[in-house]
Amino acid sequence: MRKLDRKLIRDLLLMQGQVVAIILVIAAGVATFVMSMCAYNSLHGSREGFYRDYRFGDIFSSVRRAPDSVLPRIAAISGVATVETRLVYDVLLDVPNMNEPATARLISVPESGENKLNKLHVTRGRMLEPHRTGEVLVSEIFADAHGFVPGDTVGAILNGRSQQLKIVGIALSPEYVIQVQPGSIMPDNRRFGVFWISQRDLEAAFDMTGAFNSVTLKLSYDHHVEQVVDELDHLLKPFGSVGGYARDQQLSNQYLSDEISQLRGMAVMAPSIFLSVAAFLLNMVITRIVSQQREQIAALKAFGYTNWEVGWHYMNMVLVISLVGTLLGTLFGIWLASGMTSLYHTYYRFPVLELRIDRGAIALAFLLTTLAAVVGTWLAVRSAIRLPPAEAMRPEPPHSYRPTLIERVLPHGLLSPELRMVIRNVSRKPIKAGLSALGIAMAVAVMILGSFSLDAVNYMMDFQFRKAQRQDLTVTFVQPATASVVYEMNRLPGVLDSETMRSVATRIHFENRSKRVGLIGLQSNPQLYRLLNQSERPVSVPEFGIMLNTRLAEVLRVAPGDWVTVEVLEEKRPTLVLEVTKIIEEYSGANAYINKEYLHRLLKESSVASGAFLKVDSEHIDQVFRELEERPGVASVAIKSAVIDAFHEAMEKSVLIMRSFIAGFAAVIAIGVVYNSARISLSERSRDLATMRVIGFSRREVSTVLLAEIALFTTVAIPLGWLIGFLLAALMVSGLDTDNYRIPLVINPSTLGMAAAVVVVATLVSAVIVQRRINALDLIGVLKTRE
Amino acid sequence: MTHRTKKTAVFRAVDVTKIYQMGEVQVHALRGVSLELYDHEFVVLLGASGSGKSTLLNILGGLDVPTTGTVYYQEQELTAGSDAQLTKYRRDHVGFVFQFYNLIPSLTARENVELITEISQSPMDPRRALELVQLADRANHFPAQLSGGEQQRVAIARAIAKQPKVLLCDEPTGALDVETGIVVLEAIARINQELGTTTAVITHNAAIAQMADRVISLSNGLIAGVRVNQSRISAAELEW
Repeated sequence: MRKLDRKLIRDLLLMQGQVVAIILVIAAGVATFVMSMCAYNSLHGSREGFYRDYRFGDIFSSVRRAPDSVLPRIAAISGVATVETRLVYDVLLDVPNMNEPATARLISVPESGENKLNKLHVTRGRMLEPHRTGEVLVSEIFADAHGFVPGDTVGAILNGRSQQLKIVGIALSPEYVIQVQPGSIMPDNRRFGVFWISQRDLEAAFDMTGAFNSVTLKLSYDHHVEQVVDELDHLLKPFGSVGGYARDQQLSNQYLSDEISQLRGMAVMAPSIFLSVAAFLLNMVITRIVSQQREQIAALKAFGYTNWEVGWHYMNMVLVISLVGTLLGTLFGIWLASGMTSLYHTYYRFPVLELRIDRGAIALAFLLTTLAAVVGTWLAVRSAIRLPPAEAMRPEPPHSYRPTLIERVLPHGLLSPELRMVIRNVSRKPIKAGLSALGIAMAVAVMILGSFSLDAVNYMMDFQFRKAQRQDLTVTFVQPATASVVYEMNRLPGVLDSETMRSVATRIHFENRSKRVGLIGLQSNPQLYRLLNQSERPVSVPEFGIMLNTRLAEVLRVAPGDWVTVEVLEEKRPTLVLEVTKIIEEYSGANAYINKEYLHRLLKESSVASGAFLKVDSEHIDQVFRELEERPGVASVAIKSAVIDAFHEAMEKSVLIMRSFIAGFAAVIAIGVVYNSARISLSERSRDLATMRVIGFSRREVSTVLLAEIALFTTVAIPLGWLIGFLLAALMVSGLDTDNYRIPLVINPSTLGMAAAVVVVATLVSAVIVQRRINALDLIGVLKTRE
Repeated sequence: MTHRTKKTAVFRAVDVTKIYQMGEVQVHALRGVSLELYDHEFVVLLGASGSGKSTLLNILGGLDVPTTGTVYYQEQELTAGSDAQLTKYRRDHVGFVFQFYNLIPSLTARENVELITEISQSPMDPRRALELVQLADRANHFPAQLSGGEQQRVAIARAIAKQPKVLLCDEPTGALDVETGIVVLEAIARINQELGTTTAVITHNAAIAQMADRVISLSNGLIAGVRVNQSRISAAELEW
C-alpha cells in the first residue's frame, strides 16, 4: 500500500466519529433510494409481466343486461382486438366461523374454461371443469384470509337462493391484484373476495342465458382509448351501460399505479435531501482537514508531490467515505426492499412477486453519491491543490473579524466576551453557519415528512368515519328497494336508526371536463351519513341543486354557483342541468350529492332506495347480520368498524415501519450535522479555548463559546425545519393525490414536537461529547503546537 | 571544501525581491538579493526573524517564486519554470528540513521516509536513511512517540532518503534545546560530508555559523555580509 493511502486510512480512523456520521447519512439516502427503486422495479416488473402474460383488459364496461348478439358489433369497433363478455355479480357469502357477512364478486368463466382476457393463474387446485356445477375458484388473498383450501365449501346467496359452492382451486387475476371493494378505500381481505364460476351456473342463477352484464376489451396497438370508450358507450347505452372506462380507472390497477408512483417520488426525494446534507458535511470536514493539514500539504509538496497527487489524496478521502456509505446503503436498501416486497404480498398478489435488484439504480446511487461528494468537497480539495507550499509553511494569518451589527446595536456591556465570540464567529462565516442550521433543519423536516402521514391518515379516518359517517352498517340492494323493504329493515331487532339513500351512476360534465361519479341522494338533514364542510360542520342537503365533494370540484374546476350537466347513466338516462350549491369536504373518492326527494322527481320515480345506513345496537349485531344475509335483496353489507380496523392494520404494517426507519434516518442527519459542526468548531478553536482556559476562564465559560453556537444553530433550525417539513409534506400530499383518496395536509403538534425532540436529543448528545473533549483539552499541548 | 580551486555554482540568484501579502499586511521579504551557492558546500544563512532568510530558502528550493529577479539551479533558470517543472525539480533534487519537522503524524518514522522514497528516482533504502540519523531502532514509532530531536532527525532522514543534490534546512534546531540541537546538527553535517550534499541551513543562532564553510548574513531583506570560515568546527564543539 502506498504510504499516502496509509495516511488516508489513519486520518479517517482518527476522525471516525465524524466519518461514521457522514457514512450513515449517505447510507440512509442510498438505502431509501435503492429500496424504492428495487421495490419499484419489483412491483412494476411483476405488474407488467402479469398484465402481459395474462392479457389484462384495456377497457371495461358493465351493463344491466345485453344480449350476446351485441358482441359482434363491439368486436367491429375500430381498434378492438379481443372482446370478452361475461357475467359479474356481487353476492353475500356465508363464511363458516364469521358472523358478519362477506361479499363475493362472482365472475363467469366461459364454458371452455379458458378466459380470452384477464386470464386466471391457478396457484393451487385446478381450473373449473366443464359441465360440473357449483364449482368455484377463489382469489388467493381471500382464501388465505380464511384458510380455504381446494375441497372446502362456502355458502352464498345467488339471486335469493342459498347455494353451496365447492372450492376447486385458488387463483390470481390481473384484474384483482389488489382487492378493494368498490366504495371502500382500503382492501379488506376477509370481507371481500373474488370468485370465478362457470358461465352456465351464473346464467342459470341470474336468469341471464344468452346475455351478459360485463365486457372487457383488448385494443390493437396504437388506438385511442377514449374513442373506443365513446363508441362502446354509445353501443351499450340501450342496455343500461353506466359508462366504460380504461385501465387508469380500473380500481386494482389504480391502487397499484399509486403505489408505484409513490415509490418513484420517494426515490427522487430521499437522495436529494440526504445527499445534499452529506455533501455539506463532507465539505465541512474536508475543509477543516485541509486547513489542519496545511503543513503536511506543504511538506508533501516541498518533497515533490504534485498538486494533483495531493488533491487526489484528499479527494480519495471523500471517495472512501462516499463509497463505504453507498455500499452500506445499498445493502441496507436491498434488505429493506426485500421487506417491502414481502409486505406487498399482504395486499398485492402476482404469480411472481420477487425482489428484483435494480442494478441500474445501484449504479446510479454510486454515481449520484460520488457526484454529490465530489461537488460538495471540490472547493476544499481545490484549496489543497492550490495551496502554495511556501505560504503553507507560514501559520495561517488571523481571520478578519469585525464587530457585528448586533454588537453595534446593543450596548457594549450587555454581551459577554464569550457571546461576542459566538456572534462574531457566526457572522464571519454566515454561509457555513446558515448551512449548519439548514442541515439540522433538514433533520427536522425529514422527521416530519416521515411521520405526518400517520397524522393525516388518522385525521382522515376520524373525519370520515366518526364525524361524518355515523352509521354502523351500509347496506346496498340488488335492485332499488321500495319503502316497504326499508320499513321492514328498520324494524329488525337491534336496528336503532336508519336512513336511506338513492344512488345512480352519472357522468358530470362541466365545460370540456367530465367525470364518472355516483350521484347520491340523501335526505335533507342526514344524521347518520352526514356531509361536512371544511370546518367540519354538518351541511344540510338543499332542496334543489347538486353538491360536489372537494376532489370532484377540483377535477371539474367547479365552484358553487356554477351549473353542471349531469348525464344519468341508468334507467331512462335523463340529462339534467343542475346548479352547484355547496362543496363538501371528503377525502375518498369523487362524489356528488343531491336531495333524495329531488332526485326521485328528476328521475320520475317513486321513493325507492339503493341502500340504507343503519345504526345498530352492538349487542344485536350478529342477529342483524343473520337477518340481512337471509334477505335476497341485499347485495352487500359494509361494516364501518371493519373498514377502520382494516385501515389501521394496513397502516401499522406499512406506515409505522417506515416511520421508525425515517425517525432513525432523521436522527442520523441531526447527529451528523450537530456532531460534525461541534467537532469542527472545537478543532478550529481548541487553541483559542485553551488560551481562554489558561488566562483564567472556567471550563463552563469556555464551553459556552462552543455550546452556545450549537444551541443557536438548533434554535434557528427547529422552526426552519418545521417550515421546510410543512412545505415538503405539502409537496408530497399533492403528489399523492389520487382519484381514490386525497390526503389532507395535517401535521399534529405532537409530530412537530417529536421532530424537535429528536434534534434536541441529538444536540445534547453531541454537546456532551464536545464537553468531554473540552474538559480533556490539553492546555499546554495545544498552546505548544503551532497550528 | 574551501581548499577546492574550482567552485561550481549550484545556485545563482540575481537581484531577487519578494513581496507577499500576509492577511491584510504587505511584507517586503527580500529587497534585492544576489548570491551563489557552490557544490558540496555547507552554507549557513544567518539572520534575525523577519530578515528574509526563510523566503530566500523557499525560493531556492522551488517552493516559492520571487517577485522579481532570477534564480538558476545549475544551468536551469528556476524562475522560468512552470509549477509542474518546479514540482519535478523538488521531487528530484531538493531535500527539505523544516523548523517544525512537518512529519505526517499518521505515519511512522519509516513510513514518513518511504512516503518520499516512493516517488524518488534513485532513493536510498529508507532503513539506511534512518541509520544515517541513528534512528533505525525507532523506525516504527509515530511522530507523537518521538522527542523533538528525534522527530527532526526523522525529517532529515526523510529529506536525504531521495539522495538529493541539495539539502535545505529552515531553522532545524529552532524548536529544540541545545543538546538535541547539537545531535541534529551533527546529523546534517554528517550528511554533508558523507554524501557531499550541498547544504544550506537557516538560523538566527550565530553560534551555528561556525560549522559552515561560508556564512551569509541577511538583514531586512538584504545581504549584510558574507564570511568564509577558514576552519569548520564540529557541532559538538558549538557553544551557545
